[in-house]
Parts: sequence; structure tokens; C-alpha cells
Amino acid sequence: MLTKRIIACLDVDAGRVVKGVQFENLRDAGDPAQLARAHSESGADEIVLLDISATHEGRATLLDTVRRTAKQLFIPFTVGGGIRTLSDAADVFDAGADKISINSAALADPSLITCIAERFGSQAVVVAVDAKRSEIGQRWEAFTRGGRTPSGRDAVEWAREAESRGAGEILLTSMDRDGTGSGFDCELTSAVADAVRIPVIASGGAGGAADFVQVFRAGHADAALAASIFHYGYNQLADLKQELVRHSIPMRWPC
Amino acid sequence: MIAIVDYGAGNLCSVRKAFDWLGKENAITSDPEQVSRASKIVLPGVGHFASTASLGRLGLRRAIGDAIERGTPFLGICVGMQWLFQGSDEAPATEGLGVLPGQCERFPGHVKSPHVGWNSLQIDSASRLFRGIESSNFVYFTHSFRCPIGDASIACCSYGATFSAAVERDHLFGVQFHPEKSGETGLRLLTNFCAL
Repeated sequence: MLTKRIIACLDVDAGRVVKGVQFENLRDAGDPAQLARAHSESGADEIVLLDISATHEGRATLLDTVRRTAKQLFIPFTVGGGIRTLSDAADVFDAGADKISINSAALADPSLITCIAERFGSQAVVVAVDAKRSEIGQRWEAFTRGGRTPSGRDAVEWAREAESRGAGEILLTSMDRDGTGSGFDCELTSAVADAVRIPVIASGGAGGAADFVQVFRAGHADAALAASIFHYGYNQLADLKQELVRHSIPMRWPC
Repeated sequence: MIAIVDYGAGNLCSVRKAFDWLGKENAITSDPEQVSRASKIVLPGVGHFASTASLGRLGLRRAIGDAIERGTPFLGICVGMQWLFQGSDEAPATEGLGVLPGQCERFPGHVKSPHVGWNSLQIDSASRLFRGIESSNFVYFTHSFRCPIGDASIACCSYGATFSAAVERDHLFGVQFHPEKSGETGLRLLTNFCAL
């Protein structure tokens, strides 16, 4: 049976993981390569590395970080943040990423999705949608530039367009829930998951195991991503997977 | 030396990296002569079945076909496995190598497509490729078309319907999933291939 995926996300700035990191037994806990490997060993089904560097020097460091991380990682590896052109994407693939994630650049020029998909295949193109609940009704608006700028696009409709242009997966972040630990936005997630035929990765709001159960059941998510909750120790991810197995969620466990 | 065949389709980095990790000498190549001389051949594949048409243009179709006939161990991955069949509904005008009978088809309409993620297999215990790998182990898939089940099928997978997840006949092997992305299970499979 196809399992639901648990994806560990590393937010990286200038080559270092920036969210609260307290891995034990690691000499250098902020090193993305070491953390990715540790997550993989403790049961992560995929790794997403999100580059949040604003500076040019930070971008240059990114490719080296991707190269070092990919070298010892044998599960799917997605890299996002700051990819604006086909050539940016090609550099990241050359460094060892299996998939790239694009957001702002795709909203600015949706043909970029098709362009990368035609060269590297749809399976390699993840479109990240940052969605925020609108004032009126059951609607969500897609935001760009790390959630700073409203795009004016309806998030569900944009996800549909991304699919039709060749996206292989949607990485859907609830801006309302991000960082709160109060659970995924299951209404948003199911609205998008039911509107597209490609897999949807839910993100934003992961707190405990019950949140993951909810987003897989009520949210119809194919995968769920979290960053900070996995940074507190080696066993966190393994514990989560075992808990989900107890709730009869299909999991890759034992790995 | 393991030849990793480059026919201009997608990203071959991951496959190479896995063989590097296992310490197996390998080369990414689109040179038919180098493919002919290789001790083993790996045909990766991500993307569209139509991209395999360039194997013919580059003279690789013939080099691979002859090598398979001589008994050189061959492993097709994803579209590289699909290419062993007669063709795929994804690109009806593109002919597969046709060493295995049947046509690759779309998934039934009631399941999401592509089939992306970790799934388990039903493995034929006589398989050399899967030595030490159990049906309870998981492997990573990402594909929109599926291979038919036939005499050469040694592992099957269920998604909407049952399809052929791996084939094995003499020294000919194919896997629909990505061993280079399937953690320890995948590395084990590649080790088995290298040991042939």
C-alpha cells in the first residue's frame, strides 16, 4: 500500500540550518548535511532544504550545501528558495537535488513550471503555494516572496493551474498556521487536494501526532512536512511514525 | 566499469552518486562503444517515454540490445524498465526495445497520478536482484505509467491495480521504482546488481 510521507524540512541560511536545533550526538548540529542524514536514519521519507538566504554570498554557499547534503542522502531530496530560472534549477539538479521547489518565480511567470518540467520531468517540479485565509468565506489567497506579497490569486485555482502547467506535486503551506504548532489547516489542504490529481504536501502548523492523523484523514494530504518539531531529538520522527502506525495511517515503518 | 547511459533525459546525478557511495567504478556515457565495453549497463530514466527515442538516434539502442544478447548484466530504472517492453501509451509513436512483451499503460482513473511515494512489493523469493530484501520493505516510486505483469515479473506492486514493479530474466533486470532513492533497501538492491 502506498504510504503517507513524512517530510523533514531544513531551513538554511548561508549554509547553516537556522531553526532551533538540538540534536544530540552531533558535533555540529546546524550542519544541513549531517542533519539530513540524521533525519533519514530516524525515518524521514524525504528531505526538503529551503534556502532562506537573502544575500548573494548565501546563494553561492547553497550549491555547495546541496552537494554535500546530497552526497550521503539516498531518499528523495528537494531544494527550494530563490530559484528563478531554468538555469538556477539546472544548477541545483547538478548539485544533486531530485526535485526543485518554486513559488514566487512561478507566480510571476507560470511558464517556468512547464520549462523546468519539460527538461527534468514533472516529477522533479514541486510548486510551493503559500496560502492565507481571506476575510470572506472559504477562500485562500496565494502569497509570494516568503509570504510578504499577496498575489491576488486564489490558492486552489493557482494549484490547479500549476498542475496543468506540469507541476508534479504541490507543497501547500498554511500561513495562518505556520509556526503555531496548532495543527495543519485541514480545510485548506482538502480544498487543494480534492481539486488536483497530483500529490499534495501539507505544511504549516504541525504540533503533535494527532495533527498528522488529522491532515491525512480530514485533509486528504498525501504527505506532511514539518521543520521545527523534528529538530528536538533523534527519536522524535521515529516516535511520530510509530504513533501514526497505531492510528492505522499507512507508514514506511520500520524503514 | 558500470556504464550509466545518458540519452539526454533528466538528471543522472542520483544514480551515479549511489554507485559512487557503493565504491563501484562507473561512468555516465552516451558513447555506444563505451556502452558495448562496459561490464554492466544501467539505463536510468526520469521523464517522458518519448525521450527514449534518442537512444536510437545515438546508436545506443543497438549497443544495448547487442550487449543484452551477449549476457551483459543490464538494469533499467523507471522509464529505463518501461523501455524493455514493446511500447508505452505515453508515446505511442516511440518503440520500446521489445525484449519483453506488452505495453505500458496509464493508471486507472480512480487513483491519483503520478504514483508518488513509498510503496511495498510482493517479491518472488527466487529473485537474485532482491536477495536479502523482504516484501515488507518499502521502495520509492514516481511514475504515471505502469508495466504489464508477465513471466519476467519478479516483484509486483498495488496502486489502483497490480503492476509489474520489477522484472528479471537471465541478466536482464528492470525496476519501476528508484533504488537510488529508496534508502537502505535500494542500496541493497544495487549492491546485489553489482555482485552479479
